[in-house]
Amino acid sequence: MANMTFIWAVVGVVAYIILAPFVGGLLAGFDRKFTAHMQGRKGPPVLQPFFDVSKLLKKEITVVNKGQRFLVVCFLLFIVITGCLFFAGLDLLMCFFALTTAAIFLVLAAYSAHSAYSHMGAQRELLQMLCYEPIILLIAVGFYVATDSFAVTGILHGTVSPIVWLPLLFIAFVMILPAKLGKSPFDISTSHHAHQEIVKGVTTELAGGNLAMVEIAHWYEDVFLLGVIFLFIANMNHWWTIILGVIVCLVVYFIQTLIDNTCARVKWNEMLRFTWLVAIALGVTNVILVYYLR
Amino acid sequence: MVELILFLILFPFLAAVILAVARSQAARRIIVPICGILIIIAAIAFAVQWLPAIGVFGAMGGGTGIMLVTEAHVVDMVMLIGEVVLLVVILAFSFKYKRYFCVVLSVVQFLIMLVVDLVMDKPEVYQLNIDRLTVIMVLIVGIVGSLICIYGFGYMKDYHHHHTDVKPRQPFFFAILFMFLGAMMGLVMSNSLIWMYFFWEITSVSSFLLIGYTRTEEAINNSFRALWMNLLGGLGFAVGICFLVSNCGIVSFDQLLASGNGAILLPVALLAFAGLTKSAQLPFSRWLLGAMVAPTPTSALLHSATMVKAGVYLLLRLAPVMAGTPAGYMVAFVGGFTFLITSMLAITKSDGKQVLAYSTISNLGLITACAGVGMPETVWAGVFLIIFHAVSKSMLFQSVGAVENATGSRDIESMTGLIVRYPKMAFVMIIGICGMFLAPFGMLISKWAALKAFVDAGDFISLIMVFFVAFGSATTVFYWSKWLGKIISVPGKFEKCEHKTGGTEWFSLWIHFVLMIVICLAFLPISGLVVAPLVDGMFGAFASAAISSSNLFTMFVLLVLIIIIPLIAWGTSHKKNYRKELAYMAGINRGDDIGFVNSFGGTTEVNLSSWYMEDVFGEHKLWKPSVWITIIAIVGFIAASAGTVLTAIGGVL
Repeated sequence: MANMTFIWAVVGVVAYIILAPFVGGLLAGFDRKFTAHMQGRKGPPVLQPFFDVSKLLKKEITVVNKGQRFLVVCFLLFIVITGCLFFAGLDLLMCFFALTTAAIFLVLAAYSAHSAYSHMGAQRELLQMLCYEPIILLIAVGFYVATDSFAVTGILHGTVSPIVWLPLLFIAFVMILPAKLGKSPFDISTSHHAHQEIVKGVTTELAGGNLAMVEIAHWYEDVFLLGVIFLFIANMNHWWTIILGVIVCLVVYFIQTLIDNTCARVKWNEMLRFTWLVAIALGVTNVILVYYLR
Repeated sequence: MVELILFLILFPFLAAVILAVARSQAARRIIVPICGILIIIAAIAFAVQWLPAIGVFGAMGGGTGIMLVTEAHVVDMVMLIGEVVLLVVILAFSFKYKRYFCVVLSVVQFLIMLVVDLVMDKPEVYQLNIDRLTVIMVLIVGIVGSLICIYGFGYMKDYHHHHTDVKPRQPFFFAILFMFLGAMMGLVMSNSLIWMYFFWEITSVSSFLLIGYTRTEEAINNSFRALWMNLLGGLGFAVGICFLVSNCGIVSFDQLLASGNGAILLPVALLAFAGLTKSAQLPFSRWLLGAMVAPTPTSALLHSATMVKAGVYLLLRLAPVMAGTPAGYMVAFVGGFTFLITSMLAITKSDGKQVLAYSTISNLGLITACAGVGMPETVWAGVFLIIFHAVSKSMLFQSVGAVENATGSRDIESMTGLIVRYPKMAFVMIIGICGMFLAPFGMLISKWAALKAFVDAGDFISLIMVFFVAFGSATTVFYWSKWLGKIISVPGKFEKCEHKTGGTEWFSLWIHFVLMIVICLAFLPISGLVVAPLVDGMFGAFASAAISSSNLFTMFVLLVLIIIIPLIAWGTSHKKNYRKELAYMAGINRGDDIGFVNSFGGTTEVNLSSWYMEDVFGEHKLWKPSVWITIIAIVGFIAASAGTVLTAIGGVL
């Protein structure tokens, strides 16, 4: 049994490392396609993100300072580690800490350039973290209270789908997800939309291979985040929850695209107020309820 | 073996006397490092000797701690005389500066202790107790504390070079520093509450004297604030002891922890109150913030190895008897609340030392909360937090001090590009900051364990702690990251500057750096050999089993990975010479990433500043409500303890 767990962990990690960029890139491609259709355009081919990144990789790497490359590589590696921990079925809280660490490296990469746009992006990225961190930690706690385990495998092998106990936290997570996916209304630090008042925010000063690495890291990250959505739904004792989980992931991603195209970007202080209110009204309430009802 | 104990307590006092007498700079150059190194060696020898000697459950309460010295009337008399001296010092200063509140506080508690000492019947107890927590504290005080003294030698020379308006009183300064170390040693080894109270008072008075070092008006005001707040705590301590001796016949920790008597609830709450004042929890945080006016070694000492650590040390000692009582709720709530609020306030500060001060209070809040919840896992996390916090905070204070001496400013905004100007210093500072909040360093791991334990604890107060930690972690990440960002932010034309930092400062900083790495790498053995058995001793057999070893192993793997990743990243990037470009600006870059050509053809210079969000988290918004909330909580919970005790006594009658 212990061996099986180990084998599954290895399979999970290898699959994540190899497949996640393709899944993430494809999702990004579909995202652009949907967006285009919503805006009445034809849009680029679904594989466009891959073309973009491969072109970036072929370009010469230029930097603004020596440290940039190091920080960006760290960002990518930590995101990969986050996903690996998750798909190996290990501790969820640890995944989130690794995710925070990764995000800090991106912030530092932006900080290292003495550029107003990049700096502003870094500050705003930090603010975004300030906004979603409480909910992320509460989600880990919520899973623990609902399933008695912080470990992903333990959560998957609980008696029922966690969503039964954590509906409010699920909604809260969907609400802050735009901040993690870089979508409106919470794309204040950097945006893929043309209408961005701080140029490209955190990625303003990144070029060529460095920018490509950030893109790839985001693909990895998106897959991890959808993994968390999946974790809300899936339960190993009921096979159909696994299929349902995948469907919910796709639906949530589509909803994110929809929100992205229908909402205007908010100001940072509104974002802080909104997300912390969500954290208290949905997150804290949910944890307290489960704690006493279960 | 007993000789080492005597040496550790008495030698710092002896060093203090020598330093007060030998007044020349040349003498200090020899005496300070030698005494410091002797104390470090003694502390290590002490740990090596005593750790194996402590039994499996060798700790206070529930176990067989190693205890020493029963008949010590002579020592008691010496201490009484010492207390008189302390009283005279306080009275002299208080009358001189007309602070009559301090006079009242100190006289009242002196009289209470006089009654306890001379009038009341006390059982014979072991006066000293050595267990694993003692050993950990001795190592922290001995190593970190001594290094700060050594650092202080070089620092004070530069300090008086820059601050010609301050009258040099270095013999006095170093004497008090060493006295502080001696008092801390005594404090952490005491089993007798009366002994501990004596050392407790010495630390209060020492910090008062150190904070007032510069004798400016601000320094004197702040030192008196520190004094009255700590005296208030001392009063709580004294009343607690008086109550324990008269009603329960208890004068020592081992009796207190073994006692099932319901009447100890109130004195425990009072002792905990003393712990809260000393560890600068809200509403008593002001004294530690004001302590920054003193030269850096003082701040470093107060914040990392001594003083505030005495507070949380006492709270951790009391943890097993506090758990699930109003006293525990008080400590947990105040600690958790302080952790959250002060981490928000830290965001709004740009003065490096002020950020460090708020972060100290915040981290101590977390330790306090761990003690208040009083579960084996939380105590485990609390002890680790103490260890990691001591090393990284001491390192940070020293590097900020060195930067201030080198650049003339300790403002974080002026640390832009430190990595280019002072690479070595920046490196040390970065490691220190990472140690405060990032993986792989222990603070994060301890926070992780604390969060887990809070959820497991299973009562409402612990659940509230979870929420405090969830929000407080987010704010903590914010203020540290923006500091890190400032250090590595590099405008084009910055050049390397010459280091003015002296040898003793570097000596201390590099040892801190090595310590930091060693503690991280030796995390598992430290837990398995020292902290887990300590927890077993405090809570009964195998309480530490709750800290699952497989989880620890996972953490360790993560830790190693996280050390390896930057190495890989560095390996792949450091040698390559990528083409350098100028940063993108709102016009043509002048060529230095600072100025650009604006739309009128003139030059505009860019000044980049971090966010401080004064209008969201500012002191003017948060301070008063926080103080009132904590005052109400403290008064309420102490009243609840008193109520419980009175009902218990009433029931007996």
